[in-house]
Amino acid sequence: MVISMPAAFSLEKDTKPVDLKPKVEVRNLNFYYGQTQALFGINITVPENQVTALIGPSGCGKSTFLRTLNRMNDIIDGTRLEGSITIDGQDIYRSGTDVVTLRKRVGMVFQKSNPFPKSIFENVAYGPRLHGIRDKAVLAELIEQSLIRAGLWEEVKDRLLRSALDLSGGQQQRLCIARALAVDPEILLMDEPASALDPRATARIEDLISELRDEYTIVIVTHNMQQAARVSDFTAFFMEGKLVESDVTEKMFTNPKEKQTEDYITGRFG
Amino acid sequence: MGSLSERAAFLGLRIITYFVVLVVGYILFDIIKNGIGVLSWSFLTTYPNPDGTGGIFPAIVGTFYLVLGTILVALPLGMASAVYLTEYAKQGFLNNQIRLAIVTLAGVPSIVFGLFGLGLFVLFLNFGTSILAGSLTLACMILPTIIVSSEEALRAVPQTLREASLALGATKWETIRKSVLPYAIPGMMTGSILGVGRAAGETAPILLTVAAFFLPQLPGSVFDQVMALPYHLYVLAMQFPNAETVRPTQYGTALVLLLLVLGLNIGAIVLRAHFRKRNRW
Repeated sequence: MVISMPAAFSLEKDTKPVDLKPKVEVRNLNFYYGQTQALFGINITVPENQVTALIGPSGCGKSTFLRTLNRMNDIIDGTRLEGSITIDGQDIYRSGTDVVTLRKRVGMVFQKSNPFPKSIFENVAYGPRLHGIRDKAVLAELIEQSLIRAGLWEEVKDRLLRSALDLSGGQQQRLCIARALAVDPEILLMDEPASALDPRATARIEDLISELRDEYTIVIVTHNMQQAARVSDFTAFFMEGKLVESDVTEKMFTNPKEKQTEDYITGRFG
Repeated sequence: MGSLSERAAFLGLRIITYFVVLVVGYILFDIIKNGIGVLSWSFLTTYPNPDGTGGIFPAIVGTFYLVLGTILVALPLGMASAVYLTEYAKQGFLNNQIRLAIVTLAGVPSIVFGLFGLGLFVLFLNFGTSILAGSLTLACMILPTIIVSSEEALRAVPQTLREASLALGATKWETIRKSVLPYAIPGMMTGSILGVGRAAGETAPILLTVAAFFLPQLPGSVFDQVMALPYHLYVLAMQFPNAETVRPTQYGTALVLLLLVLGLNIGAIVLRAHFRKRNRW
């Protein structure tokens, strides 16, 4: 039932053998909202510099799981977690862990784009400023680089001081990605980043994910089966708070081991 | 159109509404009609005479000081409490009890605050009848209003902004300071101005803690007594009930007080409209 990946292994992908290093390792993770258990004994390894998609029906715990990786669930009263999550071998729930540093390493993009009601520039500068970058020239360079990497620079370079709220939905979401990239994270968590966007804006986000995969470890929650197939290297299928199966995306979509996975992927339910 | 009984009910409600508007309208009309002639530069800037005639300058200054003192005390205290209650305190039994206490406090009659102020500030803390005691008493009275409206303003800031900030590695305090307060402060101010407007017009809390019956001089320190507009009006009505000579001063004072409170409320509404347009998320 629980399938964990070997610590490191090779596989044929695009006919090139790839060596994978584990970035995040989750062991026997249980998660509770008050008395309600939301995640049951999750074991999964997220490989470095790959895109891992989390799929499953609504309420299956995939977003909850995603938010355990940067401890965003901490801000909800009455949540509790058992088991361990390590990033590069360090337990992020060990007491004394600096959550601020963790969230700097593990960036997040939300389902609904949530730019600050400030200028485009100030949105991207928010994180770097928090972490002590004051120098104007350094900030400007960092912001340009972040916007370039998020594929937004050409569209906004002439209006950096205009309100971020004047951007279209797709642009706002790419701005949120730029904002996350500006603090130079190692891991990027994306919670259905394209679910509120039209097909064209969605395609741009997906292209962006493909471009970012070389530099970042990406974990993306998606409702959209085709999207998972298009953008991810690995896929994990959640149902009712349990991890049913996780494997190389191609294998998951062509030859899943579990009947439940096959049913979900082929659209028989969910 | 609905049934007959429904139409009758609507008609009844409409008549009641018109009646309320009519009463308020009549009071306004009466005060403006009789007060407007009294308003003059000298009425606003000269001292009163012992017989109740003359200007109301010390009362205007006194009310100004009281309002200022009240703002200085109540605003930081109320805002800080609201930030603590909404952003930091664990939501639960204790928090609910505190909220209940605050709401109850908002409903306490103002004379009770006056007596409380007399007991605590004037006598126990020995501030005497003074601006300090009066401001503190008024601050206690409007604190619930400020806390409740500030909490509403804080809750109106979308949770997604807090999450965005926290996810970038901001601490809770950095998040509140940079991504919550800037968007909540206009709403906090609006509610606070309405509270201050109420403080400016109250008589009972200042009756026992600060107000001077007749004091044709300006205060020298926060430990001095002052005259105040609502109390002045009260004195004019009580001490000279039949003196036709005082009638114009009464109307004039009432009009000035009305304009002051109206001005504050309009200011609050304009502020709210302005920031509603700016804060769209």
